[in-house]
Amino acid sequence: MNWLPVTVSGRIYALLLLILALAPFIFEWINQPFYLDLLSRALILAIAVVSLNLILGFGGMVSLGHAAYIGIGAYCVGIPSYYDYYNGWLHLALALSVSATFALLTGAICLRTKGVYFIMITMAFSQMVYFTFLSLEEYGADDGLVIYSRSEFPEFISMDGATSLYYWIFALLLAALFFVHRLVHARFGRVIVGSKFNEPRMQALGFNTYRYRLACYVLAAMICSLAGMLLGNFTGFISPDMIGWARSGELVFMVIIGGVGTLFGPLVGTLVFVVLEEVLSAITVYWHLIFGILLVALVLFGKGGIHGWLSLLDRKSKAHD
Amino acid sequence: MTEHLLRVSSLHKHFGGIAATDDVNLAVKRGQVHAIIGPNGAGKTTLISQLSGQLKADSGDIEFRGRSIINDSAASRARQGLARSFQITSVVMQMNLLENVMLAVQGNSGHSFRFWAPVREDREMQEAAMASLAEVGLQDRAGLIAANVSHGEQRQLEVAMALAMKPRMLLLDEPMAGMGKEEGAMMVDILNRLKGDMTILLVEHDMDAVFSLADQLSVLVNGHIIATDTVDNIRGNHEVQKAYLGDGHA
Repeated sequence: MNWLPVTVSGRIYALLLLILALAPFIFEWINQPFYLDLLSRALILAIAVVSLNLILGFGGMVSLGHAAYIGIGAYCVGIPSYYDYYNGWLHLALALSVSATFALLTGAICLRTKGVYFIMITMAFSQMVYFTFLSLEEYGADDGLVIYSRSEFPEFISMDGATSLYYWIFALLLAALFFVHRLVHARFGRVIVGSKFNEPRMQALGFNTYRYRLACYVLAAMICSLAGMLLGNFTGFISPDMIGWARSGELVFMVIIGGVGTLFGPLVGTLVFVVLEEVLSAITVYWHLIFGILLVALVLFGKGGIHGWLSLLDRKSKAHD
Repeated sequence: MTEHLLRVSSLHKHFGGIAATDDVNLAVKRGQVHAIIGPNGAGKTTLISQLSGQLKADSGDIEFRGRSIINDSAASRARQGLARSFQITSVVMQMNLLENVMLAVQGNSGHSFRFWAPVREDREMQEAAMASLAEVGLQDRAGLIAANVSHGEQRQLEVAMALAMKPRMLLLDEPMAGMGKEEGAMMVDILNRLKGDMTILLVEHDMDAVFSLADQLSVLVNGHIIATDTVDNIRGNHEVQKAYLGDGHA
């Protein structure tokens, strides 16, 4: 059967996707509905992490401000809902267009810088968004805003109910993964990857790398805003806390744990991060300490992240053939 | 159409108090190989970088195909047909040779705001890239990661990438840098085959290679061109010998 993935890691990822597709039934069967909540939250974050990996992993643009786009997406649900506009298509259109505009304006400035300066300036812009939301008294300021009802998609698939929202999330995650997969293998992606490794050479080959990177930055922001839109619907409550720069740092960690610049790494990294967080915090109140040490160890010893380990299996199985 | 494809007039570039490029005037005829020689630190790479746009000149003008390109970006100059290779190998080490050359083909074939179709399935691009690899004798090494091939092969890849851009003119910055005797001879062969079809500005240390390839020769010393002439005349030029060639080539 040649449609099966050939490599060991490929099969593991295929199995993972299959489990995720059946998760609501599995959790119902073992009578643990809380797990679906946890998984929903993890997959929402995974969409954000997949989008961050597009610029960080494939493009070499380390942003410490990516969580801003989660916030923008969430407030694009929250603010219209506050005025009783619950149309999901409106929310979607707002999230995509506002995030794209903000990414275009700030990215145009950020991408003039490199390295540490890029990290700092992306962080600065995201803090700007954070403090803006913090100052919006009308929309709850630091108390946050309650969303009373989920986005409505009339004549389409409803978001109501834990299971249908889960499938919304899962479908958008798959779409994001597929889009990134196509993108990095298309002409556009080749320019992005080439610019990460050797930008002067790419310019000498005739590529205006700045323009391509900016376009990539905008696309990543738009994908991330989908995560924000889903998160607003999922929690039914939004607040500036969603977008503090520490949140952006967590997203970077999830990329690194999973494997920078790989397709499924971000998904696996996010799942591991969320599960670890959950398990450790149930064991001890000092879980942050253990968590921090684990993360440092992962970064130090796990070069290439979890995907890196899995591809070691690929090489081993090849050696046996 | 002007006879000269590239014309450089009173180009200046200072780094602090040092004149890296000091009133350089240069004209390269269509179809010729014009070599630039000079001792270490004469400013050869600095000159190439100003021509290709990686460095901005302080003053002076560069005309390519009769049009000033002094304010154009490196990317824009490349798209106009001015392709360079690098003295210090500058390829994408993490990609294989074919992927590297395909980037060069891609840079020369319209914009790359195409988000969906996989490059791997683009037969036309692949064939063009393979043709360029074949021109430098690397067709059998196409699938190897650039970091894993020999230094000489990386140098050949540099030239293949420049060729894949289908340039009107090549700027070659020491294509033989760090090569062994055999590899060097191979590179001379490759360049000899290009000679006549391609206009080339060649910076090279290897005197035998320069003498066998070049039509015109300029001698750069301390950022200034002290002589430009045919190979034979330069060989007989006493001043040049004193400044650079030494007694071995007298």
